[in-house]
Amino acid sequence: MQLTDIVCPFCGCLCDDLEVTITDGHIESVKNACAISRSKFMNHHENRLPAPTVKGKEENLETTVKRAVEILAGARRPLIYGLSSTECGAIGKAIEIAEYTGGVLDNTASVCHGPTILALQQVGESKATLGEVKNRADLVIFWGSNPTEAHLRHVVRYSVTPKGKYVPNGKKDRKIVVVDIRETRTARMADKFIKVKHNKDFELLLTLRALVRGEKIAAEEVAGVPMSAIEELAEDMKNAKFGVVFFGLGLTQSDGRHMNIDAAVGLVSELNRKTKFILIPMRGHYNVGGANSMTTWQTGYPYAVDFSTGYPRYNPGEFTAVDILAKGEADAALIIASDPGATFPKDAAKQLAKIPVITLDQKTTPTTMLSEVVIPVATAGIEAEGTAYRMDGIPLMLSKILEPQEGVVSDHKVLDMILTGLKEAKQ
Amino acid sequence: MTSLIVKNGYVYDPLNSIDGEKKDIFVKDGKIVEEVKEIDAEIIDASGKIVMPGGVDLHSHIAGSKINIGRLLRPEDHRKDVVKRGKVTRSGVGYSCPSTFVTGYRYAEMGYTSVMEAAMPPIGARHVHEELNDIPIIDKAAFTLFGNNHFILKYVEEGDDEKLKAFVAWLLRATRGYAVKIVNAGGVENWKWGRNVHGLDGEVDDYDVTPRKIITSLAKANEELGLPHTIHLHCNNLGMPGNYKITRETMDIVKDVKPKAGRKTTIHVVHCQFNALDGDNWMNVKSGAPHIAKYVNEHDHVTLDLGQVIFTDTTTMTGDGPWQFALWNMTGNKWVNSDVEMEGGAGVVPYTFKKNNPANAVQWGIGLEIALAVKDPWKVYMTTDHPNGGPFIYYPQVIAWLMSRQARTDTMREMNKACLKRTGLASIYREYSFNDLAVVTRAGTANALGLVDKGHLGEGADGDISVYDLDPFAWRPSQYNEIIKAFGKAAYTIKGGEIVVKDGEVVATPMGSTHWVDAKVPPEIEAELMKDLEQDFKDYYTISLKNYPVEDEYLPTQKIHYAGGV
Repeated sequence: MQLTDIVCPFCGCLCDDLEVTITDGHIESVKNACAISRSKFMNHHENRLPAPTVKGKEENLETTVKRAVEILAGARRPLIYGLSSTECGAIGKAIEIAEYTGGVLDNTASVCHGPTILALQQVGESKATLGEVKNRADLVIFWGSNPTEAHLRHVVRYSVTPKGKYVPNGKKDRKIVVVDIRETRTARMADKFIKVKHNKDFELLLTLRALVRGEKIAAEEVAGVPMSAIEELAEDMKNAKFGVVFFGLGLTQSDGRHMNIDAAVGLVSELNRKTKFILIPMRGHYNVGGANSMTTWQTGYPYAVDFSTGYPRYNPGEFTAVDILAKGEADAALIIASDPGATFPKDAAKQLAKIPVITLDQKTTPTTMLSEVVIPVATAGIEAEGTAYRMDGIPLMLSKILEPQEGVVSDHKVLDMILTGLKEAKQ
Repeated sequence: MTSLIVKNGYVYDPLNSIDGEKKDIFVKDGKIVEEVKEIDAEIIDASGKIVMPGGVDLHSHIAGSKINIGRLLRPEDHRKDVVKRGKVTRSGVGYSCPSTFVTGYRYAEMGYTSVMEAAMPPIGARHVHEELNDIPIIDKAAFTLFGNNHFILKYVEEGDDEKLKAFVAWLLRATRGYAVKIVNAGGVENWKWGRNVHGLDGEVDDYDVTPRKIITSLAKANEELGLPHTIHLHCNNLGMPGNYKITRETMDIVKDVKPKAGRKTTIHVVHCQFNALDGDNWMNVKSGAPHIAKYVNEHDHVTLDLGQVIFTDTTTMTGDGPWQFALWNMTGNKWVNSDVEMEGGAGVVPYTFKKNNPANAVQWGIGLEIALAVKDPWKVYMTTDHPNGGPFIYYPQVIAWLMSRQARTDTMREMNKACLKRTGLASIYREYSFNDLAVVTRAGTANALGLVDKGHLGEGADGDISVYDLDPFAWRPSQYNEIIKAFGKAAYTIKGGEIVVKDGEVVATPMGSTHWVDAKVPPEIEAELMKDLEQDFKDYYTISLKNYPVEDEYLPTQKIHYAGGV
């Protein structure tokens, strides 16, 4: 069976042009996919968790869910975390579980583009969908982001080589600039590479903004960049017909964090007084956009939401997963489609190992290894359908192209069972 | 399903010419019926109370990327209005950018049972529908954005009326949209290069079209397809003093378009307050309402809604990117711009309307002046363009201003004198009757939308009813605080024959329907259209044509309205 226009459930690019061949209930081949995507599709069946477990002992799904319900119902401050690599139906159920248990809800944005959101809440942003970049952008700046290694098809589908309505010659009609602390692979294909000193992005952004406003700057260099090069970039920005800044964790997770993004937004907004300019965060997980978006429409806030008072409260730094764990506040955790055991700072991960944890995942991870309850689930976008939101906010429907193994159900279904169990336990 | 009798209320049902008559209303299986036996029915005692069809809001921003940007942008807005989880209700936040659940509850608490999302970007349609599915109780529909869509500009440029119609029909179906929304025709396309369009004959970059051509072509296509609602138009030059002229001219260019059978109108002008400004700049802005009212009084092809200003901190959000940019430059508040490939864009800027700000005082006066100077209530509807003029939770306050000159006077006393000097409001003595109120909040809006089962209590209508605890014959306009109280918290709201609100509290949260229009065009023209779509999607879009149309999974409870004539 030949399937076309399949949406890839890997990164924030959410490429929707994959061609998948299925033979005898397994994936024979994947066309148009990047190396990571292909690997996800071709190896999705490898190393799967064999069965639901409670304290390492294999149990059936119902018994496992029952134990999950006991843990959550008995917890005073459960943490519900992850969500960025599953579909929106599951996210909705997770939000309701957090609300129902009076717990704390967080998604992976809190260790990723959280600062981007904080900056947005301070100053706003000027953005567009990726098609605007494809059709119009004649100046593309990658700042602290490295798509050729992290968002593999970004440059071919959206930002560098595609031919667009007003850039008919693709890359020839665009100027590509990379600002980074080292010469990345993306920098090597750029027309211009600007090497900024580590942790000095904020200074460089503010200098550019001042230059765009027509201020004179006396310094000979800023952030390790000679003033002539900064002036040249400022001129390029003003002279572009349509400019875009794609920024990544190089900007959000270096010194200054949300203030870096604040400065980038300020620069881009200022440029809109001269020409057209936008910025787009390079979101990582394929549905981190959906996790933020859905949490926002249901609770008002994108992540770090606490329900202990009966209504949603938002405070990154207080209700973010790392903080709730490191402070020792969380007394149980429900982890969906994420691996905080491997990625969180030591104090947070240590606390996770101390408390009862329920994890929904496909494969063995450090988190499943420290979890009391582990429930294998179907892979969204391969074995389960649902909605995902691209890095620019465009929603697409993920397809179910294969049946999961017998007895394995989706995140959505498991979370629904847990929620139902919690409601029954109360009655 | 149980039957209901709403007994002994004073019924206002303008579409059936019932004006405050004491009457029983019968509901069975979700519909209004001629009679049900008392023994089989739950009885609601509405003695001494007002009974109206459920409210129908024809222009509000409740779902999709734009309102969600507003929510994301404004934690400070949420913190002043939090909502706890209840026995049957979810928690959330309120005020100017309420969470989805709270949106449904609060509309229902005011007796509203149907609300239209006024601007759906086509490529973001799934997002709109996901949010609509999380808005409980009320019926909903979304208006698809057309005025700056590549295919519209292309077919208007080519003068290909048949393909234009086929595209309108196709896009409504693909997005599960209900009406043709136009925002700043041509201006949003120009904004993609950082510019706006100027005047009805202004140039649109990259396409040989003008706002005049876009609006008239779409109005014609709309009527020839026989869509239930007219074009739903956000005029050019919104928010620019002196813009009443272009608004009047815009209404005039569609007067010769032949309306679909059974309807006289060809255009609905949205949040007219923002487009009825006279003067040269924001320093000397004055009311252009008399000009607009005069035109509307003399012509039958136009309907309006108000976009009434409320004095509060709110969040402006429109599909009009260049206007939001201008507002950012004026205020320096935080600004989000969001352009959408091939289709349009949007902007969001928080804004506080202040009584001591002369321009705001004038804007406040303009909205009410339009409402009162347009003689026929069937032509002008009550909205705040939620949340642009103010949050919808202030509707009861607007009702008070419409129905009580005393309420207006008391507000004007606290306000900048510009309202007295530069609007004609102080010399208007008209006060809406309860019948007028029923027209501008339900009968008129349902009628304008072509929702034939809504906005009335005749046999066969949907069992959507609101009961307000106010004796309309004992009430006097000086008691306007009582009307604010009564219309803020309905005694009962009944949706599809089920009691959903009692004594102002939500008691049940059924799922309402999402309405959309399926218009048929000749298959051979649609086949031609598909060839164009395939090519241009491949060349210009970043998602495939196959992944573009909204799947049925996104509309678990849908109501389809058929149109077209093949």
